[in-house]
Amino acid sequence: MKVEIFITLKKGVLDPQGKAVERALKSMGYEDVKDLRIGKLIEMEIPGDSMEGTERKVQEMCEKLLANPVIEDYNFKID
Amino acid sequence: MGDKFGIIVFPGSNCDHDCYHVVKHVFGRRAGYVWHKETDLSGYDCIILPGGFSYGDYLRTGAIARFSPVMGEVMDFAERGGPVIGICNGFQILTESGLLPGVLMRNRGLKFVCRQVYTRVENNRTVFTANYMRGQLLKIPIAHADGNYFADDDTLKSLEDNGQIVLRYTDSEGNATEEANPNGSLHNIAAIINRGGNVLGTMPHPERGCESVIGSEDGRGIFESVLEAM
Repeated sequence: MKVEIFITLKKGVLDPQGKAVERALKSMGYEDVKDLRIGKLIEMEIPGDSMEGTERKVQEMCEKLLANPVIEDYNFKID
Repeated sequence: MGDKFGIIVFPGSNCDHDCYHVVKHVFGRRAGYVWHKETDLSGYDCIILPGGFSYGDYLRTGAIARFSPVMGEVMDFAERGGPVIGICNGFQILTESGLLPGVLMRNRGLKFVCRQVYTRVENNRTVFTANYMRGQLLKIPIAHADGNYFADDDTLKSLEDNGQIVLRYTDSEGNATEEANPNGSLHNIAAIINRGGNVLGTMPHPERGCESVIGSEDGRGIFESVLEAM
């Protein structure tokens, strides 16, 4: 199954990278851009066809390694 | 207890030799390297997780190193009360592994910052700082891109309330100002200790401040303090 995992910074956590990119866009003329935040997209393939099993596995991966719960939230999509 | 330091070497560690040099040649004590795949720490009295870029800092700093085989032993060692020092990348590994609270994020200015900074000893009643005076200023180098300490409000409050903040960034007068904060760390935090008082995480590099020929001897107190406790 094809899995897409989205890691985003929690609300309230400062994102200096996002701020720098937002400033760059503004200086390029896109002055109306606001609240730009940068996250990560992780793609993977997991063999098997049990939606439930894959979901459980991906959730475990996120909690153990892929996201740091102190500053990040995660979300995923399985096809 | 003995006086042997175990210096953990991850793929990408690059301050392991500095630590070894300081323990062995500056203090004349025993030190050994421990490859991250080893799982036996018997014979060591203090563990150092050195600075560097373990696993290329991929995913998040320290995130992958935390799952190295040796880390299970490091956790047990810490659990038994053994002294553990994480320096720079070592500090990042300690927060990822949950031995210390919070997380070290990308520097506020996005740049790698490599220079001498001033830090103030906030707590000298620890095995790592007993040889300093409270409020003493230490000139020690930092060298990192991800040293911006972050924790939620409750964690910060408990760090403050329990005296777990060991070093704070200050100006040369000892004032913890916003300008003196090199990376955006909350409350100017440069080093913290766990509740048990035996696990220290520090972004400044004490091992690079042990010889006047390279600019400072202010880091010596960390090694001297822990050696006395050992």
